[in-house]
Formats: sequence, C-alpha cells, structure tokens
Amino acid sequence: MSKRKLPTQKGLSRRAFLKTTGAAVSAGVVSGAAAELLNAQSTAKNKVAGPGEVPITLRVNGETHNLNVEPRVTLLDALRDRLDLTGAKKVCDRGTCGTCTVLVDGKAAYACSMLAIDAQGREILTIEGLAPEGELHPISAAFVENDAQQCGFCTPGFVMACKAYLDRNPNPTEAQAKKALGGNLCRCGTYIGVRAAVLDAAARMKGGR
Amino acid sequence: MHPEPPLIGQAVPRKEGRDKVTGRARYVDDLVFPGMMYGATVRSPVARGRIRAIHFDENIPWQEFTVVTAQDIPGENCVALILHDQPCLAAEIVNHPEEPVVLLGHPDKHLLEEARRAVRLETEPLPAVFTIEDSLAKKEIIWGEDNVFKSFLVEKGDVDSAWARAEIVVEGEYETGAQEQLYIEPNGMIAVANPDEGVTVWGSMQCPYYVHKALVPLFGLSKDKVRVIQAETGGGFGGKEEYPSMIAAHAALLAWKAGRPVKLIYDRAEDMAATTKRHPSRTRHRTGVTRDGKLVALEIDFVIDGGAYCTLSPVVLSRGTIHAAGPYECPNVRIRSRAVATNAPPHGAFRGFGAPQSVFALERHFDQVAKACGLAPDEFRRRNFVHAGGTLAVSQVIHENVDLPQLMERAFAESDYHAKRARFARENRDARVKKGIGFAAFLHGAGFTGSGEEYLASVVAVEATAEGRVRVLAASTEIGQGANTVFTQIAADTLGLDPELIDIAPPDTAAVPNSGPTVASRTTMIVGKLVESAALGLKQTLVSSGLPGERGGPEGRPCTSEEFQRACAEYIRKHGALRATCQYAPPPGIKWDDEKYQGDAYGAYAWAVYVAEVSVDTVTYEIRVDDFVAVQEVGKVIHPVLATGQIEGGVAQGIGYALYENVVWREGRMVNAQMTNYIMPTSADVPPIRVFFEENPYPFGPGGAKGIGELPMDGPAPAIVNAIEQATGASITRIPVTPEVLMEALEGVHA
Repeated sequence: MSKRKLPTQKGLSRRAFLKTTGAAVSAGVVSGAAAELLNAQSTAKNKVAGPGEVPITLRVNGETHNLNVEPRVTLLDALRDRLDLTGAKKVCDRGTCGTCTVLVDGKAAYACSMLAIDAQGREILTIEGLAPEGELHPISAAFVENDAQQCGFCTPGFVMACKAYLDRNPNPTEAQAKKALGGNLCRCGTYIGVRAAVLDAAARMKGGR
Repeated sequence: MHPEPPLIGQAVPRKEGRDKVTGRARYVDDLVFPGMMYGATVRSPVARGRIRAIHFDENIPWQEFTVVTAQDIPGENCVALILHDQPCLAAEIVNHPEEPVVLLGHPDKHLLEEARRAVRLETEPLPAVFTIEDSLAKKEIIWGEDNVFKSFLVEKGDVDSAWARAEIVVEGEYETGAQEQLYIEPNGMIAVANPDEGVTVWGSMQCPYYVHKALVPLFGLSKDKVRVIQAETGGGFGGKEEYPSMIAAHAALLAWKAGRPVKLIYDRAEDMAATTKRHPSRTRHRTGVTRDGKLVALEIDFVIDGGAYCTLSPVVLSRGTIHAAGPYECPNVRIRSRAVATNAPPHGAFRGFGAPQSVFALERHFDQVAKACGLAPDEFRRRNFVHAGGTLAVSQVIHENVDLPQLMERAFAESDYHAKRARFARENRDARVKKGIGFAAFLHGAGFTGSGEEYLASVVAVEATAEGRVRVLAASTEIGQGANTVFTQIAADTLGLDPELIDIAPPDTAAVPNSGPTVASRTTMIVGKLVESAALGLKQTLVSSGLPGERGGPEGRPCTSEEFQRACAEYIRKHGALRATCQYAPPPGIKWDDEKYQGDAYGAYAWAVYVAEVSVDTVTYEIRVDDFVAVQEVGKVIHPVLATGQIEGGVAQGIGYALYENVVWREGRMVNAQMTNYIMPTSADVPPIRVFFEENPYPFGPGGAKGIGELPMDGPAPAIVNAIEQATGASITRIPVTPEVLMEALEGVHA
C-alpha cells in the first residue's frame, strides 16, 4: 500500500476508511488507468486529469473510437451517449441488476461500474457486436426460441452474461445455469426460459452453429 | 417455416422478439431529439407541510436553467384520473415525501443533478399520519372529512342472525406490505410542447389515453392538440398505469416553457421512492362454520393504505373487496372495505390490483378455520368451493362450468402433495431444515369490474392496404406480456392469413382508437375479442365486394394471400379505404348494481390452485421455495409459451411478495429505494415453476380465451406461508416473511 493519500472526503483518508471498515487491502484495489492517474498526480504535481474532458480511445466491437470524455464518465454512459450503442441499459447504475452487462476482454462486466477511461486498451463487446447485422448469434436465437424474454429490457444484458458464461463453461448443467445468471435481474420472471435458453445455446454452439 | 392455421393455441414466434434480443428495440431513454435538454424534479423533503419558500443556491448558473413551478401550469394543476385531487406540482401544501414541487431543465445532465441538490424547500411541518390504524382513528384529518377515499359494503344473506347457527367461529387478522413493481426499465418521457403545435410525448407507459386525459386539462388544450406515443416499454406490472401521466406532464411543462424537447428519465432511487407501489393492507376475518366444516357466515373487514392522494385506490379497493371471499360459496357474507389516506406517496396499480392482499388473508385464514374444524385444509376447501350455478359473495351466479376440485386434484397429483405432506410431517421433527407444502385456491376476474367495460366502451380498428397487408389499430400496449403476438394470432386466424401479413400499429393517440388501458387482465379477453370482431367485419366487407365466396367467405376455407390482396386492391380502388371498427358491447345477461355492489362483477373468472413447497432453516431463518406447481383454468390458451411465461413471471413476483420484498418506511418515505437493499428474486431464488392449464373455452373471449395476467400474483404468497406453517408450526399472518419475521414467529412457537 502506497503512502499516497487519495482525495479525502470529509477529512477521511482512504487509509483511515479502510482501517475503520476493516476491508482487506491489496495492491489490486487501485488498478488500471485510475492507478496511472494517481501516479501522474503524485509525480507531476498539480497535473490532474479532469474535471474537463480528456481524450480517450476505446475498442468497441472491433472498432476504434477516439472520444473526449470527462474522467467521471462511465463506460455505460460513453457507450450509450457517445457511441449510440443503446443495447446496454442504465437501470440501477450501481452494479446490481446486470442490465448494462458487456464483455471486457471476454469477461462479463457491469458497464455502469467501470469508468470509460479505465476501459482503454481493452476489447469491449456489446450486444450490437455479438453478430453481424441481420444475423442472430446462437445465444440470441436460443433466447428468441425459448421466449427467454418478455419486456426485453434486461435481455441484452442477459445475453451478454450468458455469452461470457458459456465461453467459460460450455457444458453447464441446469443447476449451474440457474446459479450462473444470478447477477442479472429480470422482473418479468423469465428465469426459467433463460435457463432453457442457456442449455439450448450450449448445445447449438457445440454443434458448431 | 410458417405455422399452419389455426394459430390460436400455437406457440408462434414473439412479434418483437428479434428486436429485443439484439438490442435494436428503442426504449425512451434510447431516443435522442435534436436540441433536447434533460429534466429533473425537486421533491418534498417532508411528509406533510406548508411550503414557505423555495431557495436557489447562488453557486448554480440559474440563468441557464428552465425552472417550472405550479405557477407555470397553463391549465388545471392536477393529474386527472378518478378524482382530481393530486396536483401536478405542489403549490402551497405538500402531502407526502417526494411530492413534486419544482422542475428543472438543462442540457447538461451532471449540472442538472447538482442544481437539483441546490434547491432547498423551506417548509413548515404539519402533523402527519403513517399507518392504517392512525388514519382510521382520525389521529389527524389529512384528506377529506374522515381520511377515507372510498368504502364498500357487500352483503349477502343475513350475517348477524347466522352467527347463532355457527358451531365454530374463527377470527384472524392479516397484513400485507407494500411492494414495488420494479419494472426493469425506469420510468421516462420525452416531450415536445409549444402553444402553436400543442403537446406531444413519447415514453414508457401502459395507457396512452390515460396520459392523454391528464395532459388535456393541464394545458387547457383541445384533445386534438395533445398526442401521446408509447415507446418500447420495459415492463409495467401496473406501475406504468398512472404515474406516467405525472412524468409526461412534467416533461411537457418543461418543454412548453423552454421551447425545446425535454427528456425526463427517473433514476432507480427516484423511481422507487417517488412512484406508486402496491397498497399495504390489513384484513380482519370472522368466520362461522358448522362442526363438519360448512361455511355459515363470513365477515371481512378489509382496509388498504392509499397514500396521500386518491389516485386509483377506489378501484384497487373494489377488486380487493370482490376477491376477498374467494372462490367459495357462503350463504351469509358481509365485506366492509375502506381505502384510507396516509402521508406516503400514493399507492397504486400493481398486478392483482387489491386481490393479492385480500386473497392472502383469506387463504391463510381458511387454513386456520380448517384446523379449528379438525379438517385437512383441502377437505375444508372442497366442502365450500363454489360450483356452476352457485353464487359468490357479490351474489354473482356462476354460469361457467368451473371445477375447482378437479383443479385441486391435478395440482396435488403434479406436486405429490399428499405424500409429501405426510413425509414432511414425519421427517421434520428432528430436522434443522424443515420442509413444508401448502396451497391456495383462488379466482381472478378478467376485465374492468361491474359496468366498467361498458363505461370504457373500447374501440379497435383493423385496416388493410392495397398490397394486402393488415394493420391492427389499438391503444393497448405491448409491455412484454405478448399483446402484439396474441393480436396477430387472432387477426391472422380470423382472416385466414399468414401472420407475417399482420402489422400492429404503434400505440399513438393520433393514429389509433382508444381500446382502453392495458390493465386488469383485459387485453386478450376484451381487446382481443374486439380485434377478432373487427377482423371479421373486414372480411365480410371484402366478401360483399368480391372476395371469392367459396374460398374467402366467412364460413369458407381461408383465402390465399393473393386472393386477399386482389380483393383489398379492388375494394380500395372502388371505395378509397378499407377499415373495420368494433366497439365493446357487454355479453348478454350481464347485470351489475353499483349501489349494492351486487351482480356480475366480472364477465369471466380465471380459476386456480397453486402448490408451494418450501425449506425453512431453523437456525438461519432462511426460507427457500423448492418447487412450485400452478394449475389454472383460463379458458382457451391462445399462446401456450406466452401464457406459461405470464404464470411463471407472476409466480416469481409472488415469491418476492411473500418472502423478500420489504419496503422499509420512515415517516412516509421508502428508505431502501435501491435494487441493492430492496430484494427481488434472482434466478437463484426461483424454483422450477410447473405450469398446467385446464382449458374450458369462454364463449365471449377471442377463440375462447379469458384473462390471465394478474391471476398468478394472487396465489403464491398464501401457498408459501401455508407451507411455512406446515414446516414449522408457526402461524404467520403477515408478509413479507423476512428472516426477522420468521425468527419472531418461531421464538413464539418454541417459547
């Protein structure tokens, strides 16, 4: 743990906060671009990124995008407001519902809980990039055919979470599928359809479809 | 590959399935208008008070903002619904926390949020009321003369003299908590408004014509100057029945003053804290039975907490009242019900609409009555079920061929109820995790209550183009339940056409007739029937003007799409346009007395028996639902997969209602207004839900269908809590049964 202090809030340093809450401290607490930002702050005095816009580069669905965003802009807001990729939705905005799920370097991530500047240098896949225009990815086809969607608002997030999961575990059991998608909420209650779709998609993808 | 007709009864693809799964479907927050700014709402910090002043912090560049208060409203300051008691923006008095007072508009979302926090309302607090009992006791009069929005009295037979014949009398009191609809898509609207062109709004909603009705008096405009368009809508469950009118009004007021489009999207916390939830309830039962378990007298006192304004409480109360005595026959019944005011945000529509509350009380209570009679819960029900020709509490004679014992037997067979009940009773004694199985029997009326449908007088149109494409025009909204798919099936079957040729017009008050609100399990049964009738009218029109008689006649084989197209082109060439319209007319023999609250409350009922199996950990107080069987009779099932999805979804919400979904109140404010601390079921919490339909076609529904949407919300909570009682012996009388509630109950048992 570095001795550097993070910007304090109400006089409470991060160190004091971590002490009081008893949270486990590891070198991984601050990572990626945020860490670089902090390094920049400590080495080059008074050089702070923001609050104004900073140039960033995002790789989304295989394309490179150069943007200017404020450092506080989340990946979700950058995708939706700047790139017009609106498949990922803003619902809880605090990493609970999974409706904003995208893949970051192949892993499912809540786009509402990641800063756009932190997503630089990583491959981001959204629902729009899952299959070529006019085609359905096998997972999407399985969702349609098993009617694993009603109002559809959580569906892109579910499909992306399902993709990350099946990439990791291509042969899930039903019990595993039931548990695996616990990070995504569906109020229409399509969970049973989703489970069927996961198993169906696994079978389709094995068949090379 | 196209499905062969008839499509009714088949699982055809969901109409909008591909757009949703690929993320192409555009919901309101996905839309961007040129020059658009964002809106935010400044809300009351107190439950009840007089507004003394509104302070604007100096650090905000207010000249860049559009600021709207009640003074800026061009017409009447109310959200028109049943009574016009709810202001659009509070002017002098606030009556609940989060009541809207000031609106702000700015192109920068982040600055807008800072500005919202920089407005301070100075209020002089007034005494407030937060509970049903305090409201009934008139601790403070906060609404009208007695805090009562509405009351009903249902009487059948003579309850007072019947007690003498009752050999056993059982009393009980039951409570249900508020429940947040928690549609995944937060509420939102975009408005374009100015005095020249009028007001147009796009947004997430169930009832475009309700929003229209609210905007007309607010702006003092003629009806044709107000236009409401539904965007793709991410769930409603009743939560987008009434409140969208408020949000549309706010977006439109900002747009009207700013002269540019305004997008107003609620974040999750605002949506949960400020908009409607299911009414909390308290029900008292007093039941008289003979020693052999026949009902002699039922006396029910049902009260719901309506929050600060009347809004939909009278109709929620009505449905809750009519369903309070369930699918049973009792000669002497008195149901007294009241909706009362408290200083909480108004409670409103949520799937089931009053029935889940009163059905919970009844089905929990009847397990207690059975016990008092020394009967098994199923045997007590069997002796009292209503049969064809019998009468419900509102004196409605049941003409449907209902067979509740058969539904119950099927539910028991599918769930292995009897064997499991015996085994759990044996094995629970020494187990830390105790198991239980319980059930509930219930009914749910489809469509508006009493003369409601006649009053609505819904209209649907079906038109065809010269190219032979058919468009269904209705204001009924697709909110995930599958309305567009079901309408397509009905129209395609009636016209004998490929479903690919059927389009559903987007709900837009400038383009579609008023087919009524998308609520009350009425869309398939009532509006679907109008689609069928209008499509039939279209077909008959074409026959009279040359559609091949033998192949295309109403009684003939379906025509080919080429023949249909030729006939459409011919008709349109001669007459200009091809359109058929149908308006609702009640089925013959329906009679309802609004004064006495007696008669045919609903044209048809769905009937059901649900069985829940639970595990209760007596150390951690966790409860899990392990298995769920839902057997119901809903007339003809039009789309087996969509219908099953409706049941599964309702059961999932019912599991949340029973066990997890706890709205924590502090002085009228929901304090756990986030998805992190208001817990709804995830995939991991939902057991296999096994859904079975018994089909008994209803002659006045399209293809024989009745309503289905709300039914599955009514049964799960009592079935689950009945199962908890079998597992633990604890007779719990309120939901949600959180671990804390269970702990309290079990400590009572062990003591």
